Formats: sequence, structure tokens, C-alpha cells
Amino acid sequence: MKKNFLIALRVFLVLTIITGIIYPLVITLFANVIYPGKSKGSMIYKDNKIIGSELIGQKFTSPEYFWGRPSAIDNNPMPSGGSNLGPTSRKLKNEVQARIDMIKKYHENIPIQQIPKDLLFASASGVDPDISPEAAYFQIDRIAKARKMNMQQKKELYRLLSEYTRRPQYELFGMPRVNVFLLNLVINNIK
Amino acid sequence: MTILEIIQVILFIAVLIALTPPLGKFMAKVFNGEKNIMKPVFGGLENLIYKLSGIKAEEEMKWTTYTWSLLLFNLIGFIVVWLLQAFQHSLPINPQGLPNVTPALGFNTAVSFMTNTNWQSYAGETTLSYFVQMLGLTVQNFVSAATGIAVVVALTRGIIRKTANSIGNFWVDLVRSTLYILIPLSILLAVILVSQGVVQTYSSYANTTTLEGHSQVIPLGPAASQIAIKQLGTNGGGFFNANSAFPYENPTPFTNFLEMLSILLIPAALTYTYGKMVGSTKQGWAIFGAMMFLFIIALSVSLFAEYSHNATFNTSGLMEGKETRFGITNSVIWSTATTSASNGSVNAMHDSLSPLAGMVAMLNMMLGEIIFGGVGAGLYGLLIFVILTVFIAGLMVGRTPEYLGKKIQAFEVKMAMVAVLAPAFIILVFSAISSVIQQGLTSLNNAGPHGLSEILYDFSSAAGNNGSAFAGLNANTDFYNILMGIGMLVGRFGVIIPVLAIAGSMVKKKTSPYSAGIFQTDTVLFIGLLTAIILIVGALTFFPALSLGPVVEHLLMNAGRLF
Amino acid sequence: MNTQSKIILSLNKNIIIQAIKDSFKKLNPKTQLKNPVMFLVFVGAILTSVIFLKNSFNGQFSGFNMQIALWLWFTVLFANFAEAVSEGRGKAQAESLRKSKTNTKARKLVNSKEEIVYATELKVNDLVVCETGDIIPGDGEVVEGISSVDESAITGESAPVIRESGGDRSAVTGGTKVISDRIVIKITSEQGNTFLDRMIALVEGAKRQKTPNEIALTILLSGLSIVFLLAVVTLKPFAIYSEIASGFKGNSPVTITILIALLVCLIPTTIGGLLSAIGISGMDRLVKRNILAKSGKAVEAAGDIDVLLLDKTGTITLGNRQVTAFLPLKHISVVKLAEAAQLSSLADETPEGRSIVVLAKETYGLRGINITEKDAKFIPFSAQTKMSGVDLRANGDGAERRIRKGAADAIKNYIESLGEEYPTEISQIVNEVAQQGSTPLVVAENGKVLGVIHLKDIVKGGIKERFEQLRKMGIKTIMITGDNPLTAVSIAAEAGVDDYISEAKPEDKLKRIREEQAKGHLIAMIGDGTNDAPALAQADVGVAMNTGTQAAREAGNMVDLDSNPTKLIEVVEIGKQLLMTRGALTTFSIANDIAKYFAIIPAIFASLYAVGGAKGPLSVLNLMGLVTPESAILSAVIFNALIIIALIPLALKGVAYRPMGAAAVLKRNLWIYGFGGLIVPFIGIKLIDIMINFLRFV
Repeated sequence: MKKNFLIALRVFLVLTIITGIIYPLVITLFANVIYPGKSKGSMIYKDNKIIGSELIGQKFTSPEYFWGRPSAIDNNPMPSGGSNLGPTSRKLKNEVQARIDMIKKYHENIPIQQIPKDLLFASASGVDPDISPEAAYFQIDRIAKARKMNMQQKKELYRLLSEYTRRPQYELFGMPRVNVFLLNLVINNIK
Repeated sequence: MTILEIIQVILFIAVLIALTPPLGKFMAKVFNGEKNIMKPVFGGLENLIYKLSGIKAEEEMKWTTYTWSLLLFNLIGFIVVWLLQAFQHSLPINPQGLPNVTPALGFNTAVSFMTNTNWQSYAGETTLSYFVQMLGLTVQNFVSAATGIAVVVALTRGIIRKTANSIGNFWVDLVRSTLYILIPLSILLAVILVSQGVVQTYSSYANTTTLEGHSQVIPLGPAASQIAIKQLGTNGGGFFNANSAFPYENPTPFTNFLEMLSILLIPAALTYTYGKMVGSTKQGWAIFGAMMFLFIIALSVSLFAEYSHNATFNTSGLMEGKETRFGITNSVIWSTATTSASNGSVNAMHDSLSPLAGMVAMLNMMLGEIIFGGVGAGLYGLLIFVILTVFIAGLMVGRTPEYLGKKIQAFEVKMAMVAVLAPAFIILVFSAISSVIQQGLTSLNNAGPHGLSEILYDFSSAAGNNGSAFAGLNANTDFYNILMGIGMLVGRFGVIIPVLAIAGSMVKKKTSPYSAGIFQTDTVLFIGLLTAIILIVGALTFFPALSLGPVVEHLLMNAGRLF
Repeated sequence: MNTQSKIILSLNKNIIIQAIKDSFKKLNPKTQLKNPVMFLVFVGAILTSVIFLKNSFNGQFSGFNMQIALWLWFTVLFANFAEAVSEGRGKAQAESLRKSKTNTKARKLVNSKEEIVYATELKVNDLVVCETGDIIPGDGEVVEGISSVDESAITGESAPVIRESGGDRSAVTGGTKVISDRIVIKITSEQGNTFLDRMIALVEGAKRQKTPNEIALTILLSGLSIVFLLAVVTLKPFAIYSEIASGFKGNSPVTITILIALLVCLIPTTIGGLLSAIGISGMDRLVKRNILAKSGKAVEAAGDIDVLLLDKTGTITLGNRQVTAFLPLKHISVVKLAEAAQLSSLADETPEGRSIVVLAKETYGLRGINITEKDAKFIPFSAQTKMSGVDLRANGDGAERRIRKGAADAIKNYIESLGEEYPTEISQIVNEVAQQGSTPLVVAENGKVLGVIHLKDIVKGGIKERFEQLRKMGIKTIMITGDNPLTAVSIAAEAGVDDYISEAKPEDKLKRIREEQAKGHLIAMIGDGTNDAPALAQADVGVAMNTGTQAAREAGNMVDLDSNPTKLIEVVEIGKQLLMTRGALTTFSIANDIAKYFAIIPAIFASLYAVGGAKGPLSVLNLMGLVTPESAILSAVIFNALIIIALIPLALKGVAYRPMGAAAVLKRNLWIYGFGGLIVPFIGIKLIDIMINFLRFV
């Protein structure tokens, strides 16, 4: 028993060193050398300052920007998470109604059924960077109107949107999507 | 569902089936101590570990010694993780300066990671330092998984050895599982994950101002190395609170596919390993078949439920709690896989699943985490059901029931019943207590039947060592931290100890030779029977509780009722 | 008439009346505690009764609660009844045995003087004298004398048997009757532990110990009961939560009485209530076939047997050989040989001898000269000469003739001792016959060899098919014979056994058993002689013949009173049937639960989350369309009780046994008892519901 206890202690120590120190350090070293940008969070810099991460959705409420997925944590991932409201939740119903009302402000004549659902329901992480292409196209008129765009600019908006619409990865995995933050970054450049 | 989504489902299952034999064969070599491709890489290290630890590799253990060694080792792990959290503030690599963790939460987290549950009452970003995540959690991710594998290997030896006494050496099984299986696969997966955008850094969190001018704190950390093992070792404890829904844990659809695959990879391949070790791959495929059959049923029901119409929101395919890049189908494959295996990582919020999909996830855990299940744990859990099936059906062919030539007698049946009863007791009794007392009810996030579902789900998760949650329930209270902790302990060791006892009892038995009078355990009939017994035992145990949770919620949802 | 109704009819009134009385006697909590599943029902019955009485006392009489309590008591009583009936049948069988036992007096020999004592006072190694008309006072061994004994009391066979000291026919059984001569018997078993005692105990079920599989099954059933106990107990808090969540007001329909009703319906009462009846009646079936088992364990082990060691003679072949041909030497006519053979066999009353006479007469028209003692001297077979024959005096018709027949080597010795030549041609014929698995007998007259009589072992009709069936069931047969290898291999082939041991000595049996056991096989054998005892003891199932020695009977774990070696196969079948019946009823019992859930759960929660006067959402689970919640619950409880009674005949008779492979048996039983168990309660509960609503019980 005592012998086994000593063995247990020693194995534990050795395995802690291997799996808890060496293993993560090796991975970190590798990652920082080969993928320095990605391993540090796929950050986007402007004037040497981080303005966000390509992978972390930001909060957009003004009509000039594409809106992302609703977030139960107000896009502030400390900590991340969803609403955890069930499908018979009155609170969820109310929240969705509030989002409908918000959208309705800018899209008066749209029947509720035509509002893309990913604009009504909160994401799992609270920082979902993407929306569906339908949700993006749905917003184009509003953005063009808010930015007082002419036909040419609006055409450019369409072009950018189509450029930033990603097909399923390797044509096989996941869903088509649009990265809201990256798209909003470039539409600011439309002249 | 689109055609592409159907293809994604088929692809997932096909790749899983294709990877099962090669990995299974490799693992069989590892446990039999034969030459394998990793031997040149890690053989020297293996011997060094034995030397440093004072392990005599050739020394075999009786089941009692094996069990004591396992318990001691786990006890040490538990104490260390608890202490690391208690003194977190004084320890290094804590760039955010996170404070010490409270005793109840520390207890819960230590139990959780030791038992391969990875239930997270804490939120990674705001509670635990990089140091604790690495030295406490990542280590447990490896060794708790290796512990599970060791147990199933010991049980297998109990079945195949004839009139023997010993079931192997725990230390050797532990070290080999870690070194040859878990570390190489984790390195491979971690590297791919980083290439897709999973973070791996020791820098502090980024404080940013967004395009619209809001401030946003972006948490970082050495995530890839931990995520790889949490997926492969059916641990499931996320680096971040939103787990694999969080983009830094699971940035692209491709990482999603790999992480999903990793959940079931080792548990599935272990069935092949088992077949190899017992000398008939058909036996392994039969078990795989039963698991896959149950998995496909679960997946089909969940998909059907998720795509069904919701009367309240007048829509089908609710996106609440789901990420755009994964969509509904990939969220449902994940929720089925993660609850089938006792992984518990999530890429969507289970609390927001449709009632029936939530019920399937719950039932997957209630059945005892045996649809592939935890690494090792799933297979030994399923073998418990095999024993029960063989016993009931074996009587019907007019012989004392036998499995692979070993008689199933009173002792085995007794231990099998203990292993089935222990988790069921936790789920039903603890849920019942929580559903009527104040400490239980104040934590609820949802009202009506969904509230009961939250309680049921979370204790199922604890007892099944799953770790996923109907996360609306605020489990970070002393009441839940302690009750869940006990639940996880009983769910883990209340199964492991009887399983090892069975191994110890079976190893002593004679093996009777095959004859036409023996009930075969590698036929389609057997697969059907095994799944039927699993479903009936599970359904009979939990039907009343489920009928008041998800079943009635589903009916009420269709009637448009809100709570 | 089908077998089921026959069984019911075979239960005479007395047994049933007694069983009903016993059902109430068994309400003793101590008796109930032996069966954990039924004990739970027992406790439930008490609780519901107390609740009913207490409420009635407070002026809240509830007909529903009363009926539930009543039916729970019925459930307990029905299970008791099943056990009592099976015991009653055993008792009836034991009763006649017991009669011969009581009041027997023994003439004990003390210092060569007789003393009259009660049989019950005899001890092991006491010597007792029995003469014509005496009942043998206990199991023992004849140490002096020879006598004929009437064993009909235990075997039912009226023809008396010979018992003599020494040799293989020395064992006597207590309770049998000496009908001639005088013997001295050494008592070999303690009173109360004789075969008779054990048999009585076993068939009565009084001292019945649970067999290993029964213990394992009881554990499984208890485990399942705990599972259901958990499911039902926790249902109350879940219901409280749900009632609050749904804003339900008023008295909760989830009462203790209803929860107990649900529990009783779910726990495996069907198999739990019938378990001991199945075991007892399995024993009973053995006794009906005149086999005594020393323990239930042996019967169960019989089902596991996968190797049978069978003696050739009597099991595989008819006990006697028959002549099929006369094979003369080249220069001898077949008629001459046949005539000589016939003459030599005239006095031979063995079946072999008679078959020679008959064949000679039928084939060659030889009438068999009427020979008198005056003319002829018959030489009987003796162990020394291994020959038999006849010497005819010379008279008017011919010269003196000395005819001998016997085994080849014996005749060879005989002829060579007369100074004559033994022709090589004869050896050839002898070998040919032997190769065909037959026995050659050489016939010689006046020192000249005439030819060979071809004596053939006759394999029993249908035995080959029987072995084929056994093979399908996964049972290997090994033939044991004293024959030479040539003969053995040919008979083995003809009978279709899997293997054989030729020129077998008793030690060979033991050796073979050990070898097979080392490979993991379970072996059954049947034997009689003292030298079989070690093998009988070693075998997993050793059946001793009743005609055998006491040593053999002590060594085996079963005794075949008919001394019929073919019984071994039946023993295996009975063992298998016993296990199958348990498995089938367990499966049936568990499968039943699904329907019961669909009856009770929607009934309990019929009004939960209901809006206005509408039915609650969980009413959709009421698949059977049961009329009211009360009638639904009551129907399930009634069904649960009645099914026990309905299945008593099956428990007593055992499930239909067919010699098939395991997969086929399983498929068949799964359909009948698994699928059937799923469907039957849906129909049964619905019918009961219609009936009780029609009768306005609720």
C-alpha cells in the first residue's frame, strides 16, 4: 500500500511534467513560430492597435453597419455564452419580440416571416462572428439608405458582400456565412 | 436539411467507421506491449517513466491491487487540482491576477476533472489562471482518460485470460495509454487546430475598442493544447465558458468536423481494440454496431426534433444558442456525439435545444454513457449491458449464460446491477431533491417543465461523467457544487469498482469452448437484443421523470404555451 | 386436449384446496422476505390497506383505494398459490413414498443377535437383517446373501430385482420390500438423509435451496425492483414541481396508493411470483421420469452439459446382439454350419442364442431336432473357457458330435489343445466381421472349424437422429465400449456419435472426463458399477443407475430409478427447459412494463398542465384509450395480478422445448415471450378496462 502510494505520487509528478508542462509548451512554441498571427488570436490591427479579432464578433447597432447575431452577453466575452433560454421560455419570446421591433424600425414593410432567423436568435458563444448570407443581403437596403449611397456605391456594397460571402469550407464543411466585422471594415472604405 | 447537410452527416459517420480499424489495431498493439509505430518515438520515455516512478512493468496485479492503485492515483490528482485552485493567486502564470477559488467550487472542479466529467461550474475566462488550466486541468484531461482506458483493458484481460489471477498492471496501462495514444493524437489535433485559428499563447487578454466604439475584452490563452485532449479524451471541459461554440476554441467548420470526430474517435476504435484482444474482431464490430445503431437513432430523432416546427416562434430550426458557421445540422451532430460519448463539450447551447432533442441528449447520458461513451468508460459501461443481455437472453437458450466462454453468475450480475444502479440513483434522487427545495429551485434559468429538464439534465451529466449542461442552471452554488461533486464521484467510481470486480471474478473462471448450444454474441440478433435491453432499461428507469420534463414540454410547445 | 389443460386437470381438487390454504399461510412476513420482489408487493398491500382503512375511518371511503389494496393482496396470494401448487404436486408424489417410510421397524444385528429397533434409530454402519416380507429400513449395501426385492414403491416398476452381496447389484434403497430370501444389510446413510428423504424434501420444496442461476436471477430482479422503486419514489417530487409549475390546485392525484400501484405494476412480479414454482416443477419433471436429483444445482448443471459420455450397450445399441449371417469355410456348406450353430444354441436362452436358432430355422428350414437331456450334454458358457456348446452322444442317426462356439481366440486354443489345425482362412473371416463392427463367433465340430457366426450389434432405432439433434444443440456425444477399436469405429459411425473410446477400462472414463473438463467442457455420464464411482463423482452430472452399487449411487448427483441409460439425454433436456422457462418469463415480465407505463403515467398526469376543462397534454400517451384515470390504473393492477395465475400452467409445464441450436431457440423465445410480452398487456389492460367500466367498478 505504501509502496503503491509512493509509485502513485511519482507517476503523477512525472506525468504532470510531461502532459502539463512539456506538452503545452511544445505546442505553444510550434504555434508561435509557424502561426504567429493565428495562435495569438487572429487580431486585426489598425495603426498598430488591435481593433478586434477576425474570429470574435463585435457589437453593431447603428444602421450603417451590418448587424451580427444577437448576443446574450452583449458581445462581451467575459465570460462567453448564450442565453440558455428554452423553447418554451416567455423571456425568449419577449427578447425575440424586442429584436423584431428593433428591425421593424428600419424595415417597416417586411413581414415577420421574412426576417432572417439568425438575426432574431442569440448565438451560442455570444460572439458569433458570422451571419448567414440571407441575413446580410436582407440588411443591404438599410445600410445603403443610412449611408446615403448612390447606385454605384450600392453596387460596390453588393460586390463586397458577395466577395466576403464564404461558401462551405472546402465545399464540404459547415454553412455559407459572412464575417460581419471584416465586411464592416471594408464597407467603410466605399467611396 | 439541405443535401450538403445530409452529406455532412454521412461523411461524419463514414470517416468514423473508416478510422476505427486502424486506430483500434494500433491500440491493441499498445496494450499487448507489442511493437507499434510509436514505440521508437516513446519507447525510451516509457522506460524512463518506469524507472523514475519505481514501476516494475512486468509485475501483474490482482484486481484489488489494480483498483487500489487506480483510486490512490486519482485521489492524488484530486487533491492537487483542489490545492492549485485554492492557492491560484499565489501561483505563477496568472496574467489576469485571478483570485483563489472558493472551496466548494474548487472541490467541484477537482472532482469534475479527476472523474473525466469536466463539468464546469466555473467560467474558464474569469476563474482559472493559465497555470491552473495547464498543470491542473490539462494533466487531468490526460490521466482521467487514461484511467478509463486502463479499466476497460483490465476488464478485457479478465474476460480473455483463463483461470488466471491478475488483470494487468495499472501503472503500465496508465502510462501506455497516455504516452502512445493520447499524447500523439493530441499533438496532431492541436497543430491542426492552431493552423485554423485556435489560440495558443501566454499573453494576457486583449482590451480593444470595437469599430462602433464599444470596449471589448478578448480572452486568450494556451487553448489548442487543452482543447485537443479535451475532445480526444472525452473530457469536454472548455478553455472558455462557451466551450467549442467559442470561436477561439472552434473557429471553422473544419475544426468543428475534426473536434466532433475526436469526440467519438477513441471510444469507437476501442471496440475494435477489444475485438482484437478477445481474438475476434466480429465481437468488436458487434459492440460497435450496437453503439452505432443507438447513435443513429439518437441523431435521427434529434435532427427531426430540431427541424420540426416550433409553434411559439412559428418557425422551424431555431437558431437560438447556435453558431452560424455550424448551422443546425452540425450543432445536432455535435450535441448527439458529445452526450453519446461522455465528452460534454458543446458547440451549441443545449439548454436552447428543442425539447425532444434535449431529451435525446439527456437520455444518451441516462443510458449510462455507453453509446461510444467516455474513452474506456463507454466500452466498459456497454460491457455491463452485454453481461445483463447475455444473462437474460442466455437463460432463454437453456444454459447458464456465458459471455465469450465465461459464465455469468450471481457475482457478475450483482456487480452489473450496482454499476447500473449507482448513476441512476444519483440522477433520480438528486434531481428529485433539487426539484422541491429552495436551494435547488433558485438556480433555475427557465420556468415550467424546462426548469425540471435543467435539473434532470445536469444531474444526468454529473452521473454520466459527461460535463455538458443545460447551462442556464446556475450550478455555481454550494448546494449544486457539492451535490454535483458527489454525483460525479458516484457516477465514476460506482461503476469502475464493480467493473474491476467483475474483471477480477471473470479472470478466475474457466473458458468453455464454443458450441452450437452457446448464445452467440457477434450476430445481428445480438446487436438488436443488446440495443433493446439498453433502451428498455433506460426507458423504464427514466420514463416517468422524462414525461414530466421534455415530453410534456414538447407537447406544450406544440400548443404554443410559454413559461 | 392440449397439455396445458391436462396439467390443470391433473391437479386434483385436494391439491388445489390445500394450495389455497397454503397461499394464506405463506403470508407470513418471514416467508415473504425470501422473495424480495414479492416482499415489496406484500409491503405495498399492507400500506394501501392501512391507508384505505385510515381514510374510511375518517369518513373518506374510497372504493378505488379499496380495490387497489384488494388486488395487491390478490397479487401476493396468486404468487403464493403458484408456489403452493407446485409444492402440492410434489407432496402428492412424496406422500406415497413417505407411507413406506413411517413406522418401519428394523432387525438390527448386535453381536450377532437381532434387536428390534425403529428405523429412525439406525446409524451408518449398523447391520440389519431383512427376510421375506420385510421393508428395508434404510439405504444400504447387501453384505451377505441374495434376495429379490420389490422396488415398486420408488420406481413404479413391479418386476422384482435381484440384490446380492458383492458385485454391482448390492445397493438397496430404504422403503423397498424384500420378497424372497434373507439378506444382511449395512446401513450407508444417516436417517433423514436417505435418497427417499432427499427426494421428498426436493419435490416438496421444503428444503429447496436456490440454485446458482436462480440466485443470480433473484439479484437481477431485486436490482430491477430497486430501479423501479427509485423511479416511483422520485416521481412524487417531480410531480410536486410540475404541479406548482402548471399552477395546479387541489388535491394531487399522485397519491401514495397510486404510486404503490405503479410500483407493483413495474417490478417484475410475474417472474418473481413464479420463480420458485418453476424450480420446484423442474424437479418434479425429473421425478416423473423416475430420476432422483440430489440437488437442484445438478438439474441446472444438466442444462449446461456439452459432452455426454454414453455406454454403448443399452444406450446406443440394444443390449443384445443378433446373428445376421452364417459364414462357413470354403469347403463347408452353409447349412451344415447353420445346423451346428443351431444345435449348440438350443439350450442358450440369451437373446444371441435364440437369434441363432431362429435364423437357422427361418433361413434354412432347420427345425431343430428334438434333443433330450438323454442324448445331449449342453456345455454352458463359462468365464474360463469362453465357449459354449453341446455334446451329442452317438446314436442310430449318427456319430458322436462335439460342437463348440465361442470367441475366435478361445476356439483357437481349444482346437490347438486337441492337436488339430486352426485354419488361416477362418482368421480372415473373423477380421472381416470385426471390421464391420460385429462380433464373430467361431463354430467348431469335433475339433474341425466350420465357420463363423456373424453377430451384429443392433443400433437402436432413431438414436442417430437423436444424436444429430444433440449436435445441433451443441452437445458432443462420446461412446464408451469394451469392444476392440475396429468394432467400435464402425458402430460409432453407424450411430453417429462424435467420438468413442474403445476397449475402455473404468479408468479411461475418468481420464477422458478430466481431459474434457480441462478444455472447459461440462460432462454428463451414466454408470452403475463401483468402478464407475470415481468417474461419476468427477463428471459434472453423474447419473447412477438404481441397479448399481451403493458406491456408484453415492458418487453421482442423480439416480435413475429405471436404470435406463438413454435417460441422460432427457436429464439434459429438463435442465435446459428449466433455465429457458426462467429466461422466458423474465423477458415477458420486463416487456410487460412498457404497456403499464402507457396505462398509468397518462392516467396520473391526465390533468397536469391542462387548460380549462380540456385534457392535459400527457393524455396523448394514453395509447390504449383507457376510459378514466382510475379505471386505467386499476386495469393495470388487475392485469398484473391475473397474469401470474394465467402463467402458472406454463411455469409448471415449462416452456416448449425443441432440440435446436441456440440462435434458433433464442429467436423463437424472443418472438413469443419478448414480442408477446410487449403486446399482450396492451390488449389485456384494454379488455380489463372495458370490463370494469362495463361493470361500473370505478
